[in-house]
Parts: sequence; C-alpha cells; structure tokens
Amino acid sequence: MGKKLLMKGNEVIAEAALRAGCKCYFGYPITPQTEIAHYFAKKMPEYGGTFIQAESEVAAINMVYGAASAGARVMTSSSSPGISLKQEGISYIAGAELPAVIVNIVRCGPGLGGILPAQGDYFQAVKGGGHGDYKMVVLAPSSVQELYELTVEAFNIADKYRIACMIMGDGILGQMMETVEFKDKEEIISADKSWALTGTKMEREQNVITSIYIDPEVLESHNLKLQRKYKLIEENENRVEIFNCEEADVIITAFGTVARIIKNVIKMAEKEGIKIGLIRPITLWPFPNEAFEKYATVPKAFLSVELNAGQMVEDVRLAINGKNKVFFHGRMGGMIPTQNEILDKVKEILKG
Amino acid sequence: MTGHEEIIIAGFGGQGILSAGRILAYAGMLEGKNVSWLPSYGPEMRGGTANCHVIISDEPIGSPILNTATTLIVMNAPSLDKFEKTVVPGGKVIIDSSLVERKPSRDDIDIYQIPATMLASEMGNLTFANIILLGKFIKQTGIISKENFAIALEHILPEKKHYLIPEEIKALEVGMNYCE
Amino acid sequence: MKTVFKRPHALKDKHMHYCPGCTHGIVHRLIAEVIDELGIEGKTIGVASVGCSYNNYEYFNCDMAQAAHGRAPAVATGIKRVNPGNVVFTYQGDGDLASIGTAEIVHAAMRGEKITTIFINNAIYGMTSGQMAPTTLINQVTTTSPFGRKPELHGYPLKVSEMLATIEGAVFVERVSTHDIKNILNAKKAIKKAFQVQMANLGFSIVEVLSSCPTNWGMNPVKALAWIKENMIPYYPIGNLKGKDLEV
Repeated sequence: MGKKLLMKGNEVIAEAALRAGCKCYFGYPITPQTEIAHYFAKKMPEYGGTFIQAESEVAAINMVYGAASAGARVMTSSSSPGISLKQEGISYIAGAELPAVIVNIVRCGPGLGGILPAQGDYFQAVKGGGHGDYKMVVLAPSSVQELYELTVEAFNIADKYRIACMIMGDGILGQMMETVEFKDKEEIISADKSWALTGTKMEREQNVITSIYIDPEVLESHNLKLQRKYKLIEENENRVEIFNCEEADVIITAFGTVARIIKNVIKMAEKEGIKIGLIRPITLWPFPNEAFEKYATVPKAFLSVELNAGQMVEDVRLAINGKNKVFFHGRMGGMIPTQNEILDKVKEILKG
Repeated sequence: MTGHEEIIIAGFGGQGILSAGRILAYAGMLEGKNVSWLPSYGPEMRGGTANCHVIISDEPIGSPILNTATTLIVMNAPSLDKFEKTVVPGGKVIIDSSLVERKPSRDDIDIYQIPATMLASEMGNLTFANIILLGKFIKQTGIISKENFAIALEHILPEKKHYLIPEEIKALEVGMNYCE
Repeated sequence: MKTVFKRPHALKDKHMHYCPGCTHGIVHRLIAEVIDELGIEGKTIGVASVGCSYNNYEYFNCDMAQAAHGRAPAVATGIKRVNPGNVVFTYQGDGDLASIGTAEIVHAAMRGEKITTIFINNAIYGMTSGQMAPTTLINQVTTTSPFGRKPELHGYPLKVSEMLATIEGAVFVERVSTHDIKNILNAKKAIKKAFQVQMANLGFSIVEVLSSCPTNWGMNPVKALAWIKENMIPYYPIGNLKGKDLEV
C-alpha cells in the first residue's frame, strides 16, 4: 500500500478509474458529482486518454457505447436526473454486451428534486431503468476507501462479463473527504476484446456491435444468453458486509452512507443493552440473498433503513421470504435520519 | 495525543470555513488518526452560509454526518443560533467575537470568545481569522500538534498562497496564546 | 475479356432488403467504391443508425457499430477518439440526423470530430412508414401530414447542410443527388473527398445525399427520381457549401 491521502470521494472515483486503465471519460455537468469531471479534465492528458464534456447525458452515454465498442475502458458519471437520461444508452449497452462503468452520485427526486443525498434510484439501478430484460452490476460503496477499491473492481467486472457496472453513491460520499490508501499497482484483469471494433486490417471477418435482432428466434436466444450471464454473475459476484449479526435482537439492513450511521446506532444501542446487527449489501445487484437467508431467523425482526420511500426493503422481504418480520424506516428529500431516530425505531419494534 | 473530536465549523462563505475544516482533517490524518470532512452543499449554501463537519478519532469513523459536536467553531451569529444546541455537555464553543456579539446561553459548555477578525485585521490580513480560531482549538483540545498543522497548511493551501504560511503560523500562535 | 463492372470488395455479396427504386443501395455502393479506391477497408469503422439502413452492417465488409436513434455521431466520436488512426463514418437518414439527432450532429461538427457523415435526405421517414420528417417539403403529403406540410402548422423544411456549414469544425459540407448518372458520379466524388478530409485530420465532413423513397412517396421509381429533381433540388440546392478547395 502507498501512503495515506486525504481526498474527496468524487476525486477518488476519477483517480481510481485512471489507475484502473480508464482511457475515456464522457460526461455532462450536474451537482453533486461534477468534481469527477473536473478531475478527469485535468488528469486525462497525462494518461493519454480522452475527456469530453458532452452536449448532453444522452450523447455522453452514446460516446461510452462507441468507446466501449472500440475496446477501451470507459466511464461516465452523473447524478439522478442525468442518469435517467442515460437509460436508453444503458439498455443498448446491455443489449450489445459492452463493458462500461457508470457512476451515479444520487440526489433527491423525483424530477429536478434537490441536490442533497438520497437513495431513491435503487429501483432504477437494480430493476433495469431502461427498456428490456437486462441487468447491470450495481456496487454501493460506503467509504472513500471503498469508492476507490470498488471503482477498480467495477472495471474488472465490466470487462470480465461484458456488462455495464454502476457505482452508486450519494452526495455525502461524493462530497466528503476521507483518507484513502492507493495500491502501488492495480490488479487489472486481461479480458479478451477480439470482438472490438478496431478495423479488420483485412485479416479477419468483420466485427459488428449491435443490439438489434429482428428475427424473434435469434433475439430470444440472445436474451437467454444474457440471462445465463446474469445467473453466473449472481453466483459469483455478490458482496456483502455482515456486522454484529450473531445473536442480534434486530438486524438493520442499509447500504452506502446510511450503513455508516447504523454503525453509530449499534454503538449507542450497546450501551442500552440492545444488540443490533447490520447486513450491508455491497452489491445491490446481484443482491446478497444468502446473507439474509442465513440470518433470517436470528433476530426478532429486520429493519431496512434507506434514504427513500422503501425500495431495497422489497428485496430484503424477498430474501427473508416470510421467515421474519421486515420493517422499514426511510427519509426523503435530502433529510438524513439521526442515530436517535433510528434507535427509537428499533425500540418501537422490540416493544412489538 | 489521543482522543475523539467531532467538530462543526460554520460561518459565511468566503471566511475560509471549508478550508479550515480541511486543514484540521489533514492534520488529524498526520497525527495517525481516522478523519472525515463533510462540507455543506446545496440549499444551505445559498445566502452565503457554509459549514463543515470534521471528525478526528482514534476509532474507525461511522457516520461523517454530525448530529452533535464536541467542538463548535462559529464565525457568524446565525451559525451560533443554529448549532449551539448540537454541542455536547462539556463541549466547547469557539466564537469569533468580532462578528458574533451574543454569548451562548448554555452553562454546561466551555465558551471561548476571541475577536479573531479584529486580531487578523491587526495582522494585516482578514483571512487569518479562521486560523486564529483553529489556534484556540488545537490549544484547548491538544488533538493536533502545531507541527502537523503547519504541514497540513502546505497541503491544503494552493501553492500561490504558500508565501503566507509563516504569517498563518503566527496567526495560529495568536489564537493559541489568546487569553480572554 | 475486360471486366467493366464488379462489386466493390467493401460491399458484401448479399441481396439488399431495400424497396425497389430506393437509392440506399446506390449510396452504399458509392461508399464501398470509395473505401476500395482509398484502400481503407481494413481501417474503416462504420456506424449504422436507426431507419431503413439500420442493418447496413449486413452489406458493408468493414467493422461496424449499430447506434441508437440519432446518436450515431456520439457513438462515432467514442470510436474515433479511441482509435484515431481509423476512418469512421456514420450513415444516417433525415429522421435520425435532422430530428432526433440534431444535438449529436451539431456538436460532433462543433467539436470538429474527425468523422464523416453520410446523410440520406429523402424528405420522409421510411422504416416507420412514411411520417413527416424535418426535411419534408411544403405541401408534401405524409402519414402524419395527411393534408400536406403546412408552414403554419409544421414550420419550414430544415436545411441541414446550410446550418452545419456555419460551424467552424465542419470543414467539408456538400449536398449531392442520386437522381441521374451524372449526379451519382458527383456524389461519389463528394463522398471520396469527405473521407479524404477526415484522413487528412482536417475536421468534420458531411455529404447530404438527396434520395428517393418511392414506397412512401407513393410513386414508381422513375417518377421518384424525377421528383427529386423537380421538387427537392429547388429547395435543397445541390453543390459544395464548404471545403471544395481543401487540399487532401
């Protein structure tokens, strides 16, 4: 490990991407993630790559499609309204099986909403925000160090499976500074990219990147191939942090920044003799079902705490599958639940 | 030096509120502690107010969002009104008394009133006010050494302002040595 | 025996799906001939768009991407920036380029992307069955302008080449037609020059090709060609708008 640096979350994402061999960044300004673009604009020339401030998020995601088609490691970033605009392109990237990394530093919605932290884009990210049957891997870091590690990981996962990989953070994670330790050298998987558009050099057959298959039989078999790939990812790539769950009275489930608040709540609760566990999904898709199955009957109840009206809680309920009660506590609009508020909710649940 | 400090720094934009927080966080890192710095962004920023939350701790840091503070440093009256209640009993409030006339009403906290802006003005540079207040902070908490503060300054200040560092250190000392 | 006519290598030996009398096939052939003549098939990457020519990668032999509706210039930008040594072209119709994709084409031109766009203007949406395009002529009847295009309702037809010619980064802009042999030969010259401009790294190049759509215009192929000459050319004058004298 190298020495410790104090860096802003958004800047760490860009630095991690460059270290992971990202050669192209295309984006459009939107708060609270614009520092990512600033960092790339400044540093990309040193790496001999391309930075373009695109005319729109729509153009940016299609530039991603082009650069990924040409075989480069490529990234775009935005925040919620901009991510909505990218959904068309994400669906095409899924259909054409292109590797790409997409960062969403989530803000409040719906509509223009507000620029404060939120997690209201969970459904959009994990249930397929664009059209058609597709998935993308969604990683939810909760610290600046993890932003770094998961950004590098995102490029590897994207290349390994030819899939779009989303980093889902929020305004707090993007704006905060924390210490980060970069490795001297990143582990970069070498992926076969013989499918990429580089010109035939008159030495091979034509390569085509497309998402259109007019023949229904061909399109169904293409879809089945995608589903097999998603199954493989579900088996191999789910990541979760399990904390303090053995003998827990209540297991709280939360992702991203919220999980950090829960760790404070756990300490507060301990002083009052209440044992709280935490299951923190690090991959939101694939969802870490096994962790929930394992602890399903351990606590008196589960509580999902989110910055939305109740989104991940649906996946928690599916994973618990009726074996225990699942409660929800959420705040919206950029409001962040306090530790006391969450502890009160836990006490209320325990009272029955 | 050991400890755990949860610091809210608040005032107007342009007073160096955010960079004061960054200097503390950086210096805290140099002390070998876990640190986090979270700026206010969004609607709060409108009307020119700014604040940041800094945590310096021997323990791993949970939430970077502070509901309570062990130390509050304020450089305008609205910030004192807003954050006074967040200070834990036994905590500290460090106030730029050139800009905030009111004294906190609580009697369960330690209050330090320093006319930082006036002192900075006497030094010939108003932008030193935040550093003077930080001087008081490091003196009273002992969580950061003067040496590490100086190194942090070098990292946080843009290079074109490095010529000011010797003066900034003097400002720090003014704050450290100020007696009411 | 002397060969007087053969299929360009850059074109596959494949039956095209276009309607009888449609000029897409002619333009495909012209592009393929240019690719052959410039000897660039091995380094050419095409970008198909959305419209009747959505799958023209079935006909060209070079590497190709298929882009979302209107986004071909953005996709081409991504490809070209990764592979600056390649020759990258987009092939777009008037719905794709002049309606849904106006932002992408204008900004690719503004950035002076070293790509070439072949813009097929047949004044109508083909694949979705004959709706009004931004380039549909005044009084032209389409399925969405059943009483003819009316300026007070629909505005005036968009002159894309004239508009793009005002942009610094667009260094070569020419409008050509496919209604007779002489014009087809001129079209080829323009396409070749546009590719050469790209290869010389001079900036963005576009050739607008006035084309026919007998099926959706509701006329036979011969009449359709005459319609280009009599109705389209008066509104969309053919000729070079920019970059005629560029050294390539």
